[in-house]
Amino acid sequence: MDIIATAFGALDEAILLVLHPQQILYLVIGVVLGLSVGVFPGLGGIAGLSLVLPFMYGMEPVSGLALMVGLIAVVPTSDTFASVLMGIPGSSASQATVLDGFPLAKKGEAARALSAAFASSLFGGLLGATVLTFFILIARPIVLAFGTPEMLMITLLGLSMVAILAGRVALKGLAAACLGLLVGTIGEAGAGGSLRMATYDIPYLTDGIKLVIVGLGIFAIPEIVSLLRQDKSISERSNLGAGWLTGVKDWWKNIWLSIRCSVIGVIVGVIPGLGGSVVDWIAYGHAVQTTKDKSKFGAGEIRGVIGPESSNNAKEGGGLVPTLIFGIPGSGSMAIFIGGLALLGFDAGPQLIQNELSLTYTIVWSLALANVFGAGLCIALSGGIAKLTTIRFALLAPFLFMMISFAAFQSRQSLGDLIALFSIGVLGIFLKRFDWSRPAFLIGFVLSSQAENYSNNAHQIASFKFRRSLEQGFEYIASPIVLVLLVITLISVIIGIRQAKEIFSEGEVSTGKKKAPMIFLLALLAYTSIALINASLIDLTSDKIFPVTIATVGVIALVLLLIKMMISPEGDTLFADSETGKEGLEAPYGLWGTLGWLGLLLLLTSLLGFILALGVFLLLFFRIRAGLNWLQVYFFTSLGLVFMCFFAYILNRDFPPGLLQEFFRLPWPLT
Amino acid sequence: MIDLNKAIRKVLHLVVLATFIAGASIATSQAADLDLSGETVEFVIPFSETGGSAKWANFYAPLLSEALPGQPTVVVKFMPGAGSTKGANWFQEQTYEDTNGTLIFGSSGSTQFPYLLGDPRVKYEYADWNVVLASGTGGVAFLPPDLAGMMNGMDASGLAGTDFIWGSQGATRLDLVPLLAWKMLGMSVEPVFGIKGRGDGRLMFERGEANIDYQTSSAYLKSVVPLVENGQAVPMMTWGALDDNGNVVRDPTFPDIPSFKEVCEATPGCETSGEAWDAWKAFFIAGFPAQKMVFLPKGATQEAIDTYTKAFDAVIARPDFPEISEARLGVYPQMTGALAAASLELGTQVDPVAKEFVINWLAEDYGVTLE
Repeated sequence: MDIIATAFGALDEAILLVLHPQQILYLVIGVVLGLSVGVFPGLGGIAGLSLVLPFMYGMEPVSGLALMVGLIAVVPTSDTFASVLMGIPGSSASQATVLDGFPLAKKGEAARALSAAFASSLFGGLLGATVLTFFILIARPIVLAFGTPEMLMITLLGLSMVAILAGRVALKGLAAACLGLLVGTIGEAGAGGSLRMATYDIPYLTDGIKLVIVGLGIFAIPEIVSLLRQDKSISERSNLGAGWLTGVKDWWKNIWLSIRCSVIGVIVGVIPGLGGSVVDWIAYGHAVQTTKDKSKFGAGEIRGVIGPESSNNAKEGGGLVPTLIFGIPGSGSMAIFIGGLALLGFDAGPQLIQNELSLTYTIVWSLALANVFGAGLCIALSGGIAKLTTIRFALLAPFLFMMISFAAFQSRQSLGDLIALFSIGVLGIFLKRFDWSRPAFLIGFVLSSQAENYSNNAHQIASFKFRRSLEQGFEYIASPIVLVLLVITLISVIIGIRQAKEIFSEGEVSTGKKKAPMIFLLALLAYTSIALINASLIDLTSDKIFPVTIATVGVIALVLLLIKMMISPEGDTLFADSETGKEGLEAPYGLWGTLGWLGLLLLLTSLLGFILALGVFLLLFFRIRAGLNWLQVYFFTSLGLVFMCFFAYILNRDFPPGLLQEFFRLPWPLT
Repeated sequence: MIDLNKAIRKVLHLVVLATFIAGASIATSQAADLDLSGETVEFVIPFSETGGSAKWANFYAPLLSEALPGQPTVVVKFMPGAGSTKGANWFQEQTYEDTNGTLIFGSSGSTQFPYLLGDPRVKYEYADWNVVLASGTGGVAFLPPDLAGMMNGMDASGLAGTDFIWGSQGATRLDLVPLLAWKMLGMSVEPVFGIKGRGDGRLMFERGEANIDYQTSSAYLKSVVPLVENGQAVPMMTWGALDDNGNVVRDPTFPDIPSFKEVCEATPGCETSGEAWDAWKAFFIAGFPAQKMVFLPKGATQEAIDTYTKAFDAVIARPDFPEISEARLGVYPQMTGALAAASLELGTQVDPVAKEFVINWLAEDYGVTLE
């Protein structure tokens, strides 16, 4: 009762603060900024917050908060646009949305998918805020109950979603996940700093490959290339089908799914250190497991959109708990949020909740209100923006290449970013072509460093406790939370393996001759074996054990597949190869020629720097590939250049320099 | 209550920004000289947003903004990676020519240690940079109350039989100062390597997974003092501070907490002379009294160095400085000019014998080699 009284006391004051016209004005500005930044794939809350941070110092605290919170809250709402319309994960929190959202857009139901997503986002955000209002007062002991073994279990629960997304051939899904985990270990090990599949001669590799690049490479590049080869619009139908109202109705029909996924989102968000990248997968897995007819997943099932979207906005609310209570950010954008708070004169930490409860509630309820504005704005726009899917793709693609290159470059600001993007993109194209589960790869990658760190730490602490006494050891590793999570994980794996065959995350894929799939398999086997040898040469056990284990599992899975391939006849599902199907044979343009355009942009960038390269690239593309007349070519090229320069100027970002810039000092934006 | 004009101006500013992003408009280029009005100064910190360096930078950024000519916006930019080596290597490649005084870099003890130990990843050279501020700090080790009760006054030998576990960022970082101190006291502390920041280490302590921890002074003041007040933690010792003659004395920020030197003297088996002590002291001096420094990139003009030195002098001379800095940074020397240069010397040189001792100890106890 005490808690409720305290909560309502402070809540009163907070609501007055939140509803003050000036705060609402700032909140709306934040929302508009957040939407504008979030729409672009690869740029999210971090880019947006960096934009407003310079204005923070000396601002009225509540206004500053409203501005920042408005911005953070709507990024997971607006990133849906890229996921649904282009098949590009708008941020790490909407990776799972791509799986069903994009097929819906292809079917001409983009508006439906978008509005269902926004309704779910809104609901998730509101539910998150409501739960938080009370939870934040009692959260401390609960958050403290999540020690290393518990976090390891949540990570494993996330990994268990691989089972259901593995695709038709379970072994291939397993191998793809192992490969993702292995790619995640590239660089310096977290514990002892040993190098894995990297050398100091290539400094880029020592820091590992960033999620933004893997997300764009694995999902965006294969989709853009494949759409560009068809040279049609994204939507297979020229008229848009079901409208935005249908989407809202869809959400309402699945309200219980939305509630459950929102709760999942809050819980995962509350646990520090997990971040947003698991939550959408857990929610997606849950949506699949609780749907009777699973045949439509991966081909445009609306529940596959509602689940992840409900959870990812709820997560932002949940993420405030560790951020505010412990001063430990749950995600990248939360980390900058802490920085912004400090500029406003507040330090996140236990004393914030105790001494400034009404301020804390201001944050929580600004978040809710921002969700309402954001989702409302997005729903209103979704019908119009969905029309993008009817534009001829050859006119969109060069701008998309431009945006993803720019976004990828933001991760480390090195030309290596672009090379990594291209290489991962090629891998993604092959995974798609030969029907290896790309979601499984991505889940593996996302969870790799967490899985390694938590298992190392948990192992170290557990063996220490066991040395003290058996009882203490078991108490540590077999806590009730661990046991419950273990049961859920096991159930999820069992259900997953049983049902995976019904879910085609890549859609129908035809099968062909043995040769091409075999060569790809051998290439994967070669990489995995080299990784295994490389890892076994490391001296420190702590840095070695994880990659060795994963690579061993990977090699076994791949060898088994190889044996199976040798004994199976041609035409078996094992030999899936989309090039032999409708997509490959009927496409008017070849795979390599199309990918070559992106290659050209990268090559030119390494010579001339990004902006000059972009100019040449756009000119050539619009003239040769899209076949426009010169007037149109100039118009679209300058449109792209002006937009890019302006965007970078506002965000205070640089462009990749090339060889030319080594010799000549050029003024911005040519640097 | 609300300065309406200022508020409206800010709103307008932001509205303009929002329209710009949403729509399209023209880009303008900028030229710069040392009047920094209208500029944005980037204060790059090679760590994440949770640690002591972040608190230190966030404290200075707005004050610096007011003190610099032209009142530029000072933005703290975080560039974590490889325990600050990544950010420092990046800064090494920046030149004053390209940045015109709009870029400064904040290094920390964790940037100095790999440099001192000859880590192969280090591509930076302190001698190329231009120091404009040096801030000292300290550190406090703390224990859960039950374990703290096993100490006999300052004598730590009661802790010898206990197994300690500690969340650590890595033995080659600042964490080697506490590790070596505890070892000298005869305590067996097992570090769990691989945590991302000292904040995560504190969380492990709060969860009871770790039963010893240390924080640098600013983080201790902010996050651990509430735990001490609640009876969840008891301070064990500070690393101390240096007096003018180079002796380790009690840390003036924590006059009630004994320094490691006192604890060592009171504990049988721990010596405040000899190889181990000399090595500890050498790395303590490199890591704490000259811990955090602000640099201009290589090639900075004397004019720029003077401008920044003057600005930091003005910040430190503010009448309210002792008051606002005590709560957030602790009572430590903030040095500019010749004093800062002297601290840089102290922090980036270490006796070869001490270096040898530490390298051998790291290899023996943790299997960590720097190759």
